[in-house]
Amino acid sequence: MTEALQWSRYHWRQLIGGATRDDDSRPYNYSSLLACGGKSSQTPKLAGKHRIVVPHLQAFKDEYEKFSGAYVNNRIRTTKYTLLNFVPRNLFEQFHRAANLYFLFLVVLNWVPLVEAFQKEITMLPLVVVLTIIAVKDGLEDYRKYKIDKQINNLITKVYSRKEKKYIDRCWKDVTVGDFIRLSCNEVIPADMVLLFSTDPDGICHIETSGLDGESNLKQRQVVRGYAEQDSEVDPEKFSSRIECESPNNDLSRFRGFLEHSNKERVGLSKENLLLRGCTIRNTEAVVGIVVYAGHETKAMLNNSGPRYKRSKLERRANTDVLWCVLLLVIMCLIGAVGHGIWLSRYEKMHFFNIPEPDGHIISPLLAGFYMFWTMIILLQVLIPISLYVSIEIVKLGQIYFIQSDVDFYNEKMDSTVQCRALNIAEDLGQIQYLFSDKTGTLTENKMVFRRCSVAGFDYCHEENAKRLESYQEAVSEDEDFTDTLSGSISNMAKPRAPSCGTVHNGPLGNKPSNHLAGSSFNLGSGEGASEVPHSRQAAFSSPIETDVVPDTRLLDKFSQITPQLFMPLDETIQNLQLETLYIIDFFIALAICNTVVVSAPNQPRQKIRHPSLGGMPIKSLEEIKNLFQRLSVRRSSSPSLTSGKEPSSGVPNAFVSRLPLFSRMKLASPVEEEVSQMCESPQCSSSSACCTETEKQHSDGGLLNGKVESLPGQPLACNLCYEAESPDEAALVYAARAYQCTLQSRTPEQVMVDFAALGPLTFQLLHILPFDSVRKRMSVVVRHPLSNQVVVYTKGADSVIMELLSVASPDGASLEKQQMIIREKTQKHLDDYAKQGLRTLCIAKKVMSDAEYAEWLRNHFLAETSIDNREELLLESAMRLENRLTLLGATGIEDRLQEGVPESIEALHKAGIKMWMLTGDKQETAVNIAYACKLLEPNDKLFILSTQSKDACGMLMSTILKELQKKTQASPEQVSLNVDLPQPPVPQDSGLRAGLVITGKTLEFALQESLQKQFLELTSWCRAVVCCRATPLQKSEVVKLVRSHLQVMTLAIGDGANDVSMIQVADIGIGVSGQEGMQAVMASDFAVSQFKHLRKLLLVHGHWCYTRLSNMILYFFYKNVAYVNLLFWYQFFCGFSGTSMTDYWVLIFFNLLFTSAPPVIYGVLEKDVSAETLMELPELYKSGQKSEIYQGSDIDIFAFGNPLNTAALFIILLHLVIESKSLTWIHMLVIIGSILFYFLFAIIFGAMCVTCNPPSNPYWIMQEHMLDPVFYLVCILTTCIALLPRFVYRVLQGSLFPSPILRAKHFDRLTPEERTEALKKWRGAGKINRVTSKNANKSAGKSGRRPMPDSSAVFAMKSATSCAIEQGNLSLCETALDQGCSETKAFEMAGPSKG
Amino acid sequence: MAMNYNAKDEVDGGPPCAPGGTAKTRRPDNTAFKQQRLPAWQPILTAGTVLPIFFIIGLIFIPIGIGIFVTSNNIREIEGNVFMYYGLSNFYQNHRRYVKSRDDSQLNGDSSALLNPSKECEPYRRNEDKPIAPCGAIANSMFNDTLELFLIGNDSYPMPIALKKRGIAWWTDKNVKFRNPPGGDNLEERFKGTTKPVNWLKPVYMLDSDPDNNGFINEDFIVWMRTAALPTFRKLYRLIERKSDLHPTLPAGRYYLNITYNYPVHYFDGRKRMILSTISWMGGKNPFLGIAYIAVGSISFLLGVVLLVINHKYRNSSNTADITI
Repeated sequence: MTEALQWSRYHWRQLIGGATRDDDSRPYNYSSLLACGGKSSQTPKLAGKHRIVVPHLQAFKDEYEKFSGAYVNNRIRTTKYTLLNFVPRNLFEQFHRAANLYFLFLVVLNWVPLVEAFQKEITMLPLVVVLTIIAVKDGLEDYRKYKIDKQINNLITKVYSRKEKKYIDRCWKDVTVGDFIRLSCNEVIPADMVLLFSTDPDGICHIETSGLDGESNLKQRQVVRGYAEQDSEVDPEKFSSRIECESPNNDLSRFRGFLEHSNKERVGLSKENLLLRGCTIRNTEAVVGIVVYAGHETKAMLNNSGPRYKRSKLERRANTDVLWCVLLLVIMCLIGAVGHGIWLSRYEKMHFFNIPEPDGHIISPLLAGFYMFWTMIILLQVLIPISLYVSIEIVKLGQIYFIQSDVDFYNEKMDSTVQCRALNIAEDLGQIQYLFSDKTGTLTENKMVFRRCSVAGFDYCHEENAKRLESYQEAVSEDEDFTDTLSGSISNMAKPRAPSCGTVHNGPLGNKPSNHLAGSSFNLGSGEGASEVPHSRQAAFSSPIETDVVPDTRLLDKFSQITPQLFMPLDETIQNLQLETLYIIDFFIALAICNTVVVSAPNQPRQKIRHPSLGGMPIKSLEEIKNLFQRLSVRRSSSPSLTSGKEPSSGVPNAFVSRLPLFSRMKLASPVEEEVSQMCESPQCSSSSACCTETEKQHSDGGLLNGKVESLPGQPLACNLCYEAESPDEAALVYAARAYQCTLQSRTPEQVMVDFAALGPLTFQLLHILPFDSVRKRMSVVVRHPLSNQVVVYTKGADSVIMELLSVASPDGASLEKQQMIIREKTQKHLDDYAKQGLRTLCIAKKVMSDAEYAEWLRNHFLAETSIDNREELLLESAMRLENRLTLLGATGIEDRLQEGVPESIEALHKAGIKMWMLTGDKQETAVNIAYACKLLEPNDKLFILSTQSKDACGMLMSTILKELQKKTQASPEQVSLNVDLPQPPVPQDSGLRAGLVITGKTLEFALQESLQKQFLELTSWCRAVVCCRATPLQKSEVVKLVRSHLQVMTLAIGDGANDVSMIQVADIGIGVSGQEGMQAVMASDFAVSQFKHLRKLLLVHGHWCYTRLSNMILYFFYKNVAYVNLLFWYQFFCGFSGTSMTDYWVLIFFNLLFTSAPPVIYGVLEKDVSAETLMELPELYKSGQKSEIYQGSDIDIFAFGNPLNTAALFIILLHLVIESKSLTWIHMLVIIGSILFYFLFAIIFGAMCVTCNPPSNPYWIMQEHMLDPVFYLVCILTTCIALLPRFVYRVLQGSLFPSPILRAKHFDRLTPEERTEALKKWRGAGKINRVTSKNANKSAGKSGRRPMPDSSAVFAMKSATSCAIEQGNLSLCETALDQGCSETKAFEMAGPSKG
Repeated sequence: MAMNYNAKDEVDGGPPCAPGGTAKTRRPDNTAFKQQRLPAWQPILTAGTVLPIFFIIGLIFIPIGIGIFVTSNNIREIEGNVFMYYGLSNFYQNHRRYVKSRDDSQLNGDSSALLNPSKECEPYRRNEDKPIAPCGAIANSMFNDTLELFLIGNDSYPMPIALKKRGIAWWTDKNVKFRNPPGGDNLEERFKGTTKPVNWLKPVYMLDSDPDNNGFINEDFIVWMRTAALPTFRKLYRLIERKSDLHPTLPAGRYYLNITYNYPVHYFDGRKRMILSTISWMGGKNPFLGIAYIAVGSISFLLGVVLLVINHKYRNSSNTADITI
């Protein structure tokens, strides 16, 4: 949908911009492609899907012009308008709105002389004002974009110049396709380019894509095959190849094409070779690339769709109300037309009244009535609130502004606050009935913590590790902020074996050194972090809680048996024992290498660590030396604390303990210390753990130079490594492996270095990586094992998938096979256990391949890799061929902890009457466990599990459950027969029974089928909470769609990952959690928050406010217009339905536009019926929004007659607002008083200036005359009071006799804190009784809210009263007997209907 | 999104490259306005809180009403300056096309408008190829009856009452809004080239003999041009000035009204009236406003009492309710 929009916009831009590039008609020489053995199946017709990039060089000048010259350059323009086309285009867009068209119609109508009611210009005024306001708003927005564009376009980059034959500085906007660009470290990539050279000897380049997708981890990109081997920098002059690739598209994860050398040799290109615009080069000194997509054709730009526009429910309802207004208008006009016709037929011959046409003939009453109909439409146009739309937009902007500036949404750790991406659905937040939530990363932290593992059928429960985690939890609950900031230093203490790892996590510390540490003398943060850790962000997935794993002692024992001899030819006798050890080794090697983790050193940020044996890199740059120097000097400064400890290994944490009061509070010291001492008893451990501390000692004792010399050429410190993973699970596993001395040291495209304590450093030749994808649900690496020299496939993936791929018939003999079976069974049991604990499970398996097998597979795989079309399928097949007949090694259990505040928030949302569904891809046990943990399900809930294998069974089960539920609740018959169309299904909370439903992905598939949908919905409507596990992204969105369309409820979907995108887009409101999984969810969302708990305030407070504000404002607008139009309409009865207005036209138009528009807008932005605190504490108040309750004979001269009417109406309308307001600040007062003053000022000035202008309603001196007359004031006061009295009394009676829950809650705001807590307790205690009464009250409130009409009848009364008063009062009279009687009866007559 | 990020990146000099780059947080300001905690008056409309308002309204309105009523009743008729009105009923002077049918520029003495009146005046714009002055339907239908009042005293000869023609129009109308066209001394000359409205008997420069009350600034004309709001209306016709403090302006006795009948009303079922009235600070005798004030004040007072009862009862009931819950 958005994609299509994006494309159409893109093409539109192309059209407008005059860029006449046309994919299909582009000259394209396809013969070369066919000649060189490309796929002959490709027809020239496909040519349009490809693009040829020719280097922008002198040698290729002609060819360049032919192909690439026509591609768009790198200049971007995100603005909608240019100076020239602003006016026409903006008007064009604005007239897409029906209301604007209506007013345009009115303007045109007024140009028809026969029906003309006002001066032509006056009717145009409201339209012009509205159009201008919107145009100014659009223009400002566009101007801001223009400035940003300009800034970006003028960024400088190094581009190869064909004239000067060297790289010269050029602006981004001048970069064209085919240009060679040379970028240094930390530079931003200006356009999509194919990587041709990297200073990295392995031909790798790291990029950070946070600007694109928010993922802060580094991604590897590779130089095109064939170029990586070149030692020297690629020379553009010698570059003679050309590139053919797909046409621009917005798929970030795909790039297909090939590079064709001059000798027709082809090299395949993939996304690994593509550097994307907007990313930043990291870890690599310099790269050279050739631009393939520029400007708007880059993937980043194609993905850049601006804010989303949705129409809110309230707005939709307001639109229907506008239609009702139109109907009312038509009725009024018809009455006017008929009335005029009848009136005229009485006086047809009277030229006084039926003034002839200019040509002298008299129109018939019928025709006159017809004309009158149109005249009336013009006259009564104010009934349709044109300013409503503008006001709504302004109010929404204000509401968004306040939501965004709410400090409660601020997340210090991520320096982010709530983002409102959709600007016009804020009030929908107040009407949510169903909430669909993702689990991982939304409810949980998405901080994967290694909890336990099972290897070769033995479970290692890692009790110590669990203890460690608990202690974290306590610390978190004790002082959350503090821990966040101090995470760096905590890691120092928590990891005695690796004290220098502190630098890893000093990112945040370095940025805010003084904030929290100021008080302590512990000065690590400021000294170390400030200059040394330049990147502000902490590497993803590397908080201490994730990185520090305490090994299990039993497992460590088994490690002691590891010797290199294991890989020698084996004795049969000890095989069994050794087999387990071998499993353990393989298991941990798999953990360490079966991933795509990038290793970097923290103190040389994002610089790749190289093993000396691989590259033998000397110190590269001055910068590095400086970094090192600083690092060492800091160590020195902190050395006293180190030496003061009793033993280096355990003394280090102690030293920290003594310095940081926090530490002791965390109760972390003792377990860790014990652990350390335990560990140190085992020989392997102590030897390696000494590694760090020894260097540490050298640093501190020996001089600076000394330390440097010794540490640098030697093996880099294991603990100095920083792992950057794409998914948190991966990182958790690598950290877990590290805890067992199986440390991932480095990773290059060819090799993986693992430092295995007992075996020494192992270098695996990396043959292949089959990356993770959600279809396969697994990933594999193919390596050559350094010890056994075999080709080994390590696979890790979801248990369900791996279990199916295990080898059934093992060739190694019966005993082994049997053992495998046992391991498999045991592991499955452990997996179930883990899942019950709410852990995420992964299975690890391996497979040994013969070289021949591998060669065979590789050949096929290579074919798949180089194909351009349907490559994905081929790759998938290829992966299937590799990942089979696996041997199960073990399983891991990773904990994903709940985010803080989640259970409380869910509880509150439940109380607010929001039904919550959890949709997750996790397995059932995990999901249910998390659901209990976050209070989505409660222990005494009745839980139903829907997990069937067939559709029929599913239907059966559902009907059984339904019956049971109905029996239990003994519900009344009408409750049982649920009408799916009704928005309100039976509310199980009321009946006392609380049920939860768990449904698995497979069953969900059945349930979503048409025949079972209804039953499924009925079932779910009985349940408090629904958990869907093993749900695919598509199912998630289907569920949302189903609920939304069939129950006609407001839905909200919240999620954080790419798999939630479709669900987020389908729901009425999509909320993205900007977590660790990138920005895709946020990009697709309407609102982005950083934590789930923020949802509570967002819905309960801001949602409620936005909804009440806007709905009240809209109602008020209708009231205001109906009231005023009724004045005009009523007058028609006294002027022969001739369409006369008793007011000056300007005042008439301005009345709506100026005098009475600002106060409602302020009301809409600032109204606060209940304070935020009360709303947070009483989620029940939210329910009002869900049900859409709120939205509901005289001598006097004609224009002097209108003036007091206007004035009184102004007072009435404004004071009415005061009655309806629940809170009034000085801003309200200012605006209301300002409006009144403005009215008087305008009337006076207009009355003084205008001698002959504006015929016929010349307002000259009328206001002045009136302001000198006391009767004017008396009348205004009296009418205002009379008109407002009924409403006022009604409100008062409502307030004292049937207060709505909102009103009652409002009282709480007035109480003192103690009284308040008391009252709140009472309220909550009231429970059910309360609920019932509040329902009644709600009903009455609902009725009251939607009643502009009684007020307008009050205005009738006011009006007639005024007319009498004016008539009798303004110019005096001494009634003759006859006359007095007449006028008095008239007065009663007029008062009569209004009272009735 | 992406581009925004870039821009920020570049402005900051790229965060990863610049150590210690200013850590400008996105934390919203914690001000009362932004956090929506402005001090606010929060009216809660319950019986208890608004009781005083009703009593205050009652207490203010009733005296005002009484005051107005008394003033109005105290207007002793036929004392002081007496105003003479003519009244028309069922005359729709507020008809839209009628109201529009005038040219304010012409009436303001604009010489070009005089000879070329606005189109709004059609079909009373030109007559016999000459522009009509004053043009339009309003002027055309000007009330042209003459009313004369005689006191029939003891003598058989009826004594005419002096009716003042001046001072019946708004000062601003007479002096600013309405002006005779410029030109020579003679009014007739100034209106040269124009013709009289179709229904008029005399041209506009012969409305009165007094040069200051002739032409467009004729006060009868000005009064007529201020169109009435309702179909039954009255317009000020003449002033009867008080002669001395000793005698009533119009002493008791028999009076004789002489009407020169020019203005037909019967064919639109109209009625003509003549009204005499005096005036006070609040206009003429007008008991309605006073009565209305008294009524509203009393209602408000009554409501106050009702609310007092409600408040009393509600308090009790709510208290007990709280206890039972």
